[in-house]
Amino acid sequence: MLLEDKDRIFQNIYGFHDSGLKGAQSRGSWDGTKFFIDKGHDWIISEVKTSGLRGRGGAGFPTGLKWSFMPKADSRPSYLVINADESEPGSCKDREIMRNDPHLLIEGALLAGFAMRAHTCYIYIRGEFIRERERLQRAVDEAYAAKLIGKNNVHGWDFDFYIAHGAGAYICGEETALLESLEGRKGQPRLKPPFPANVGLYGAPTTINNVESIAVVPDILRRGGHWFAALGLPNNTGTKLFQISGHVNRPCVVEEEMGIPLRQLIDEHCGGVRGGWGNLLAVIPGGSSMPLIPADLCDTLTMDFDSLTKLKSGLGTAAIIVLDKSADVIKAIARIAYFYKHESCGQCTPCREGTGWMWRVLERMARGEAEKSEIDRLFDVSKQIEGHTICALGDAAAWPVQGLIRHFRPVIEARIDAYQAAHKEAAE
Amino acid sequence: MPKQLIIDGKEITVEDGITLLQACEQAGAEIPRFCYHERLSIAGNCRMCLVEVQGSPKPVASCAMGVNDLPPNRDNTPKVISTKSATVKKAREGVMEFLLINHPLDCPICDQGGECDLQDQAMAFGAGGSRFEENKRAVEDKYLGPLIKTSMNRCIHCTRCVRFMTEIAGVEELGAIGRGEDMEITTYLERGILSEMSANVNDLCPVGALTHRPWAHNARPWELRKTESVDVMDAVGSAIRIDVRGREVMRILPRNNDAVNEEWISDKTRHVADGLRTQRLDQPYVRKDGRLVSASWQEALALVAAKLKAASGDRIAAIAGPLAGAEEMFALKDLFHRLGSTNVDCREDGAKLDPAAGRASYIFNSTIEGIEHADAILLIGTNPRLEAAVLNTRIRKRWRQGGLAIGLIGEQVDLTYPYDYLGSGGQTLRDLADGKHAFAAKLQAAKAPLIIVGSAAIARTDGQAVLAAAARIAVAATQGKDPAWNAFNVLHAAASRVAALDLGFVPAKPASTGVDSFVAAAETGALDVLFLLGADDIDMSRLSKTFVVYQGSHGDAGAHRADVIFPAAAYAEKSATYVNTEGRAQMTAKAAFPPGDAREDWTIIRALSPLVGHTLPYDSINVLRAGMYKAAPALAAIDRVAPAEIKAVAALASVKGTVKDEPFRAAVKDFYLTNPIARASAVMAEMSALKKAAGKAAGLAAAE
Repeated sequence: MLLEDKDRIFQNIYGFHDSGLKGAQSRGSWDGTKFFIDKGHDWIISEVKTSGLRGRGGAGFPTGLKWSFMPKADSRPSYLVINADESEPGSCKDREIMRNDPHLLIEGALLAGFAMRAHTCYIYIRGEFIRERERLQRAVDEAYAAKLIGKNNVHGWDFDFYIAHGAGAYICGEETALLESLEGRKGQPRLKPPFPANVGLYGAPTTINNVESIAVVPDILRRGGHWFAALGLPNNTGTKLFQISGHVNRPCVVEEEMGIPLRQLIDEHCGGVRGGWGNLLAVIPGGSSMPLIPADLCDTLTMDFDSLTKLKSGLGTAAIIVLDKSADVIKAIARIAYFYKHESCGQCTPCREGTGWMWRVLERMARGEAEKSEIDRLFDVSKQIEGHTICALGDAAAWPVQGLIRHFRPVIEARIDAYQAAHKEAAE
Repeated sequence: MPKQLIIDGKEITVEDGITLLQACEQAGAEIPRFCYHERLSIAGNCRMCLVEVQGSPKPVASCAMGVNDLPPNRDNTPKVISTKSATVKKAREGVMEFLLINHPLDCPICDQGGECDLQDQAMAFGAGGSRFEENKRAVEDKYLGPLIKTSMNRCIHCTRCVRFMTEIAGVEELGAIGRGEDMEITTYLERGILSEMSANVNDLCPVGALTHRPWAHNARPWELRKTESVDVMDAVGSAIRIDVRGREVMRILPRNNDAVNEEWISDKTRHVADGLRTQRLDQPYVRKDGRLVSASWQEALALVAAKLKAASGDRIAAIAGPLAGAEEMFALKDLFHRLGSTNVDCREDGAKLDPAAGRASYIFNSTIEGIEHADAILLIGTNPRLEAAVLNTRIRKRWRQGGLAIGLIGEQVDLTYPYDYLGSGGQTLRDLADGKHAFAAKLQAAKAPLIIVGSAAIARTDGQAVLAAAARIAVAATQGKDPAWNAFNVLHAAASRVAALDLGFVPAKPASTGVDSFVAAAETGALDVLFLLGADDIDMSRLSKTFVVYQGSHGDAGAHRADVIFPAAAYAEKSATYVNTEGRAQMTAKAAFPPGDAREDWTIIRALSPLVGHTLPYDSINVLRAGMYKAAPALAAIDRVAPAEIKAVAALASVKGTVKDEPFRAAVKDFYLTNPIARASAVMAEMSALKKAAGKAAGLAAAE
């Protein structure tokens, strides 16, 4: 069963309608906002907790719980920071929200900011997103002009919304590197603890949320946390923007219920896998950092946090990359490894040195120019990176490699055999 | 609240606020590390210090985890931490392997060999081999100035150097550019670092990426004989280690002394080493027919003795220079008194300090460590960055902790920390002393105010009034506060000065006599003999009508003018007592032998004494010291500072006098060329030229 239109939060995700204030209001935005604010900080947090919303940035941490970590009485100001540095290969949902449904985001920011007692919100937009920034800025200007946000606004909670534009570094999507970059320094992740809720932006309590996590908040409040919780599966509630790219007939971004079967998602919304379901080789279910899942596990796979974790993968940002049998899976993972090598910030040792090592070995493996013993060695190297780094980029670089070895070892071995057979004479 | 931990099966109670790494060390566990350094901010980037913490799915970087931040166990039992488990061992081996994959295997030609953290820890914690078969990274070497030799292939990106320059030295010239494995440490502009503390990064570098350029490839650490000593380049008295091979001083490195220099030394302290080899006076000289010709000791001593005997007591004088040790000054003063002369003076620059006013009137009473407790600092006519670079880093350290008001009267220069510029000269000082200036209120409000008077400010003709005004400010600022806190501080520039004042190496009354009157007398021919004990910074052109004896180690201005030269040992070649600006007596050690016929200073004066008919009653340095300690008990308290009588400051405050309007000038013009040894050093000359050029190029004259 597909998501019904009445339960759709992002009604203009394709930009068919007016993305401006008028259009947004006609779709229900900014309706009753004052009413929710009058209900108080804690009511909003409890309603978001009821909804079971889990962070949409990849880690899936419960959003309401995250907000409740913010101090209630602190002499320092609190900050809400929205992470719009959407750089994970495969992910393309936040940009659609920013350019087509920006008012959902701004209203969500006001409500979330109020809930955590923040008068200021910064949104950090990926460097490449220039049009998105312009659209969002236009919407912010509209909201200021209409006194929906800003000083002495109609909602009675002073709230400033600032747009910061990154310079195009993947690592700045890591929340503490984002704070560093926002403060004007080199984007390198900070050590944790202290966590941002204690010491964040400019040393003040800060919560960093994904664009989608914030943009769904107004509808959750309008329709009630229970409505959101009723969608999807237990512990994996609500709707989610899925982004399907790769070898499907019609790549798309689509809002669907959490826990939708992968096959249904691809067949109904993307016109199926190129060459039919039988031509599927593997999917990368949650953006490039998630370990791939081979076709034989995809038949009954549902798209939610828990079922993917069971398969040692993850939902991530729900950016599904589909590979059909024409794809060279080793080369694909080698390309992903190159991406992480290129985007490693260089601060800590395992990631700085290990990502380049993995990429170089994978490049050789893609040609078959390796020994079979190197497969286990590569796996071991990836394990030496995973969990030993300051931030999760080390993990993100290691997981795709581990997924490849876990599921496609015979392919790598066959490639090595073929190479060695072809080069036998030359070697002798 | 103390916290209970179980580290490697050992239950331990640790104090609040320390890191897990420190806790592990307290439990006796050895934690390898590269990026972590006690005196720098925590970077947590090398990942070598990983330990296993119960309940944590991933190994934890112990340097970056505070014991307070460890989440408590549900049942409140102490956290169990393992530093030796298989997981930890594997994690360390993994990190070590990563560090080594792009590190060249060039240890045989690397200057760090033998004292390399990477070498040692690879042996102790590495897996013993590498599985890396790709090509290694190549990085272009960077130019960081004449003191720092770079070999950036070896860099492991621990960022200690960057953190030192930014945090301690306060010169943001070093940084990392690039990302991932392309990250490089650089000055961006490929220009030498303009800091007086820059060479400390070579000590901090855990690998051979940054090594000492001046003594590159000259010696291996295991060939060197190490002697612990004390620096005399400024009046801070930094703790140093002198490394010698054969007869030659190969290098000078810092030692830890939390009370003085922590573990930093200035570039001058370190790289003056080559100055100990050049321009040395290695045999006695006697001027014959206007030319200095080498002579025997007997000849030189006999000539001087004859001149001294022929002159009456009031027509001879002695001046002690900045590097003179207490022992030789004691002996020289003793000899002059026996010759019936009190014409001895250590205040080469004309400082208006009088030991009779009490010890508190001429030392840095608050102590260097005390700077860390200060909450307001007033600098009068001083540029501590050049006069006492290490002490300046202590002020900066205090400033970084926040809540410190700093005011400066004098030249407006870059001190590596911001300050309120109050004015250039006497007018401002008078206003402050009268309590009319806004900064006086800040001093009033401070719990622990600090007044620092530079040595140049008290060397002016109105020096006594400046001193009195500073004392008045100090007295006013401490009124009704902690009576043990003495806010009055004199920042000396000469290493010999405090010991000399302790010994009373000044003329007896009248007060009008001193270096100025000696030189004036010499000019008019009213002086028969002038004995210069390493004194080079007086106007030698005015001494043409007198017989000049120069005793010292280097052929500098004094030796050029001298009629007789006594070659003497430099500070690395003798055991001598120096008292730093705080009044802390410290002793140098004999690390090497003086060159040629040069002798330790006190023995020369002792050898001269029987020839003038007044044999000094000490045949060994211990007997001399016994007499010296009787004359000046403060010198016997080696490595300690006894608080000086605070009422001397109040007495000083009541001295009458008017501070003139003229602007204050700093005591040090060229940081790298302040004394004969530094002026003999080629490295110091190069640094001086570099700084001048940089100042001209970028308008950075402020740093001069």
